[in-house]
Amino acid sequence: MTRVVRTRVEFEGTVSEETAIIQGDDAPTWDASADLGIVGHPHRRIEGVGKVTGRTRYTHDLRFPGMLHARILRSPYPRARVRRVDASKALALGGVRSVLHRFNAPKAAFRGEETIFRDEVRFVGDEVAAVAAETEEIAAEALALIAVDYEVLPHVVDLEEAIDDSSPRIDEHGNVHDADKHDRGDVKKALRDADTVLEATYRTPTQLHNSLETHGAVATWDGDMLTVHESTQHIFGVRQGLQAALKIPFSRIRVVCEHMGGGFGSKGGVGKYSIIAALFARELGLPVRCVLDRHEENIAAGNRSATLQRITLGAKAGRISAIVHDSWSNAGLGRWVADPTGPTKGLYDVPNVRTRSYRVLANTGSLSAFRAPGYVEGTFALESAIDELAEKLAADPLALRRQHATAEKDPSNGLRYSLKRLVECYDIGAEEIGWSKRKPGGTRGSAPGLRRGLGMASQLWSGGGTPPAYATVHLNPDGTAIVRIGTQDIGTGTRTILAQVCAEELGIPIGDVRVEIGDTESPYAPISAGSLTVASVTPAVRVAAMDAREQLLEVAAGVLETPKAELRIEGGAVVSRGARTDIAKIFADLANYTVIGKGARRPNHDDIVIKTFGAHFAEVEVDVATGEVHVERVVAVHDIGRVVNPLTARSQVEGGVIQALGFALSEERVVDRPTGHVLTTGLETYKVPTVKDVPKIVARFVDAPDTVANSVGVKGLGEPPIIPTAAAVANAVANATGIRVRTLPLSRKHVLEAAAAR
Amino acid sequence: MPPKASVVGPAATDVAFEVNGRSARVHVPPHRTLLDALREDLGLLGAKKVCDEGTCGACTVILDGRAAYSCMTLAVACEGRSVETVEGLARDGQLDPVQEAFIAEDAFQCGFCTPGQIMSVVALLRSNGSPTHDDVTRAVAGNLCRCGAYPNIVSAALSAARKSKR
Repeated sequence: MTRVVRTRVEFEGTVSEETAIIQGDDAPTWDASADLGIVGHPHRRIEGVGKVTGRTRYTHDLRFPGMLHARILRSPYPRARVRRVDASKALALGGVRSVLHRFNAPKAAFRGEETIFRDEVRFVGDEVAAVAAETEEIAAEALALIAVDYEVLPHVVDLEEAIDDSSPRIDEHGNVHDADKHDRGDVKKALRDADTVLEATYRTPTQLHNSLETHGAVATWDGDMLTVHESTQHIFGVRQGLQAALKIPFSRIRVVCEHMGGGFGSKGGVGKYSIIAALFARELGLPVRCVLDRHEENIAAGNRSATLQRITLGAKAGRISAIVHDSWSNAGLGRWVADPTGPTKGLYDVPNVRTRSYRVLANTGSLSAFRAPGYVEGTFALESAIDELAEKLAADPLALRRQHATAEKDPSNGLRYSLKRLVECYDIGAEEIGWSKRKPGGTRGSAPGLRRGLGMASQLWSGGGTPPAYATVHLNPDGTAIVRIGTQDIGTGTRTILAQVCAEELGIPIGDVRVEIGDTESPYAPISAGSLTVASVTPAVRVAAMDAREQLLEVAAGVLETPKAELRIEGGAVVSRGARTDIAKIFADLANYTVIGKGARRPNHDDIVIKTFGAHFAEVEVDVATGEVHVERVVAVHDIGRVVNPLTARSQVEGGVIQALGFALSEERVVDRPTGHVLTTGLETYKVPTVKDVPKIVARFVDAPDTVANSVGVKGLGEPPIIPTAAAVANAVANATGIRVRTLPLSRKHVLEAAAAR
Repeated sequence: MPPKASVVGPAATDVAFEVNGRSARVHVPPHRTLLDALREDLGLLGAKKVCDEGTCGACTVILDGRAAYSCMTLAVACEGRSVETVEGLARDGQLDPVQEAFIAEDAFQCGFCTPGQIMSVVALLRSNGSPTHDDVTRAVAGNLCRCGAYPNIVSAALSAARKSKR
C-alpha cells in the first residue's frame, strides 16, 4: 500500500516538515535484546580489495574514447563586470574545439541564476569562460589566450570589513542579512538578576575542505541521453540540477558516482563544471571531462564560513541563567548560512536564551556545507564561553555542564528526545581521560617551560535520518543477493553497513551480498550529508530484505510442502524443524526466478526530536614561551544509537577528530584584502593535518539502540566527531596556561597574542 | 594554418623503463611527468593526481626501490629505471601483506590516498623489516589523508611488518 505522509526532517540544523511517500509496513524494531549476528559486529569494508589494489575507479579515473577536456577561465578580480570576451586566439590554437562564455553560452539555470557565466563576476575564481580541447594541457594553454575586458568594481572580502557600513555594498540591501533568530524566556531580566556575567567575542577562520579528489565530472551524450559521472554526495541532486540547467527530462539523465575521493559536505549538488561538461559534450558530440585542479578547488569549490561571535552568559546561584549569542558568518555570495547558534539553542537546559545569526556577503567564494556546518564554529564559541564562566564561578567546568545536560526535552521547542545519553558520555570520557586529576591552573609539563592541562566540550547534532529512501533487494536463485539503492559512499563505509543489514535480515552470509549504489537508475535515497545516511537508508534496506525473505519463505513453503510459519532462514539455508535446505536447493528445480523485495523508510515521529550527543576530552601540553600547542590525547565519546559496524565507526570518529584538530590548530584560509586573492590555495600553504600531527585518540560509544528513532536503532556519526574537539582543546590550553585563546586556529601567533593581551 | 600548441615544446621522445616487472615504452614530450605517463599513456590509474606539485603524496610510486612522488618525476628521467605502482603489488590474486593489513585495520575511508600510502609503506618495509612507530610515521609523513585514517595506516604498517617477518 502506498501512503502519503508528513514527516519531520532535520538537515544540518534546519528543521522542516516534508511530505513523503511510504510503502508497506516497517520492520519490527531491533531493540537491545535483539539477537544480531552480523549487525553490531566489526566487518571489513566490502570494497576493500578494489581500494588497496588501485582498481577502484573514481570520477577522476574515467577515460572514454574520444574524450575531450574542459578547463575553466576564472576571474582574477574579486568583483568586475565582464564587458567583452575575445576567444578568437584560443579557438585558433590547435586542438581547441570550443569556447563558452557569457556572450555565447546557452542559458543554463544554476542555483537561482539564469546563467553559469555571470555578467558581474563576484569573486576571484568566478567562472568567466571555458575551453574544450583534445588534452588538458591544450585547454589550459588556451585559457591564457582568451582576452577579457573587465570593468573592475569595488570589493570587500573580509568578514569584519564587510560588516562595516563604510565598505562597498555588494547587494542593494547591504552586506549583512538576517538569517536566524531564537528567543526564549527573558534574557534582559535574567542578565539583570545574574550574580555573574561573562561576555566574550570569538572568531573562527574559513576552513577549506580539500577533499583529495577535487570536484569534477565527465559528461557523455548518447543521442538524447545524458550520462554524467560526478564526484558527488548526492546523485539525485545532480540529476535535479542538470534537469534545471538543461531542461531535459529525468528519463534522459543518468548520474553515476560509484566511488568518491572525499566530499565533507562540499559535493552536495550539481557544479558549474558538470554543466559545462554537459554543454560541451552536447555541442561536440564527444565525452567531456571537466575536473578542477587543487588551486581551483580552494577558491571556487566551497568553504566553511569564517565567523565572528559574541556571547554573553549570565549565572545565578551557580547555574547558567541566560545566554545571548550573536553571530556573523562570511557566506561569500552564498544564499544561506550554516548557523553557528544551533548548539546554543539546544545543547543546554537554560531558560533564557536569545540568538541572532547574520549572513554577511563578501567577494569571496561562497560557503558550502562543511562537516557539521555551523555547529563546529558555534560549539567552539559556546563551549569556550561555558568554560570561561566556570572559571569565574570557580566551578568545575564539567560539573557546571552536568547541571544543564539532563533535560529529556529539547529546550528550544519542548519536544521529547527519542533518546539522550549525554551524561553517560560525560561519565565515560571523564573516567577515560582522568578528569578527577584535573587541577585549576593546570600542571607542570614534561619539560621546563611546558604546561599541561585538560579540557572538554559537549556535542549536539541531528543525525536522525529521513524519508524518502527506497531500496530493492534482489535474491538470486543461488541464494546470493543484490541491494540496490541510490545512496552514495563518501568514504564512511555505506556499502558495508548495507550489506550487514541485508544479510542480517535475510539470513544469508554477508559475503553473499553485493551492494549497488551511486546510480540514479536505482531507487531514490537522500544526500549523503548531515549524518543522514545510516538512519535513512538502513531501515529501507531492512524492509526490502524483509520483503524478499517473506517471498522466499512463500516459495520455500511451496517447494518443501511445509507451512510458511514453520520456516525460517539462517546462514543461507531454509530451516524447518531442524532440517536445513540451502536457498540454492529450493530454487534448483524451479524455472529461473528473481525474488525482488522492496522497502521504504517510514516517517519520523512528529512529536519527537532525534539528536546525537557526545563529549570530547583533550589533554594538551603548551610551550608558554613559543605558544606551541601539542595535543597529547583526545577521548571522544558519542551517543549515536546502535553502532552497526564498530570497526568503521571507530575510523569515523578518529577521522572527525583529526579534521577537527586541523580546524583547531592549523587550518586557515588567508585572503589578500587589496586583491581578493586566496593565498592558501595549495597544500603547501593550507595546512591540513599529517600523520605527525595525530595524538592518541580514544573512541568510545554509548552503544544503545535508539528504538524510537527507527527500526534499526541507528543515528548518524559522520559529523558528531568533528564538533566539540576545537573547544575541548582551547579549554585544555586555558587550563594548562591560563591563556584564553578566542581566535582559531590555536596557532603560535594567536596563543602569544592572547597571552600578551592578558 | 592554426598555430601549433606551444605546450608541445621540444619533440616527444621514446622512453623505455620497467613498470611492475615488465618493460614499458612511452612516447612523451620532455615535460611529461611520470604520473601522467602512468595514468595517460600506460592506463595505470592507481596513482592519483591530487595536487600535481609534490605536496600530498597521492601519486607515490616506488622508483628503483625508493618511494617517489611521480608528479615530481619526469618520465624522461625514468629511462632504464624500475617503477612499481600499486597495481603491481598483488601476485596471482594474492594481496601483498601491506594491502591485507590496510583492509584488516580499516586504514582507508574514501581510499583516494590509499595507493600512495601503501607504496610508501611497502618501500619502508623493504628497507626496514622491523620499523618503529616513528619509522612508520616518518615514511608516510608525506602522504596526506583528508579522511584522517592515519592511526589505522600506522597500525596497518606495523601489523604488516610483524606478519611479513613470520
